[in-house]
Amino acid sequence: MRILLFGIVKDIVGVDKLDIKLDIPKNVGDLKKYLVKKYPELGNLSSLAIALNNEYATEEMKLTIQDEIAIIPPVSGG
Amino acid sequence: MEINIKIVKQIDTSIVYQSLSHQESGGVCVFIGSVRNLTNKQIVNKLFFEAYESMAVLEMEKIVKVAFEKWDLQKVIMHHAVGEKKIGEPVVLVGASSAHRESCFQACRFLIDTLKENVPIWKKEFFENNEVWVTPHP
Repeated sequence: MRILLFGIVKDIVGVDKLDIKLDIPKNVGDLKKYLVKKYPELGNLSSLAIALNNEYATEEMKLTIQDEIAIIPPVSGG
Repeated sequence: MEINIKIVKQIDTSIVYQSLSHQESGGVCVFIGSVRNLTNKQIVNKLFFEAYESMAVLEMEKIVKVAFEKWDLQKVIMHHAVGEKKIGEPVVLVGASSAHRESCFQACRFLIDTLKENVPIWKKEFFENNEVWVTPHP
């Protein structure tokens, strides 16, 4: 499962793409828990959203290998 | 209903009037965001913008669609820059045209406010001695 990283998340994790091969999270909520456990600094951000196929996703949404998944830290455009 | 949405390397402010003017429009309202030299009294050297481009464009389209539903508009423009930006450079451009000024003023405000809340674009500020990703707190 490949996950795209941006902004501060990219700096915290140290890469711009994550590849999860074992214990693949089943839904968005599980993925967030997995990420915060592995990279505790992510827990300090004021928000951490997940995008599924270019749309903001809710916690219960299921994940599959085919999905384009991205971690969206607090946005700061403009 | 004409829509002009783009993520660009360089914002071209000279196209604004030509992009928004319309026979039925009696008013054009534009907001241009640019790089400021200070943040909390600290001198800023430059900014860097990164976008999740495919999603950013989709989110921009959603915002523009809502604006057309809320106000009677003829044309809307929404451009955002990515990459390194120096002091004074434009980084975001939004605007709308409408028959009367009230609609385009309100729509313009909505376009920039909602862009800042929802569109997956991130800004890094470079100061004299450090650099930080801007992470607004709610």
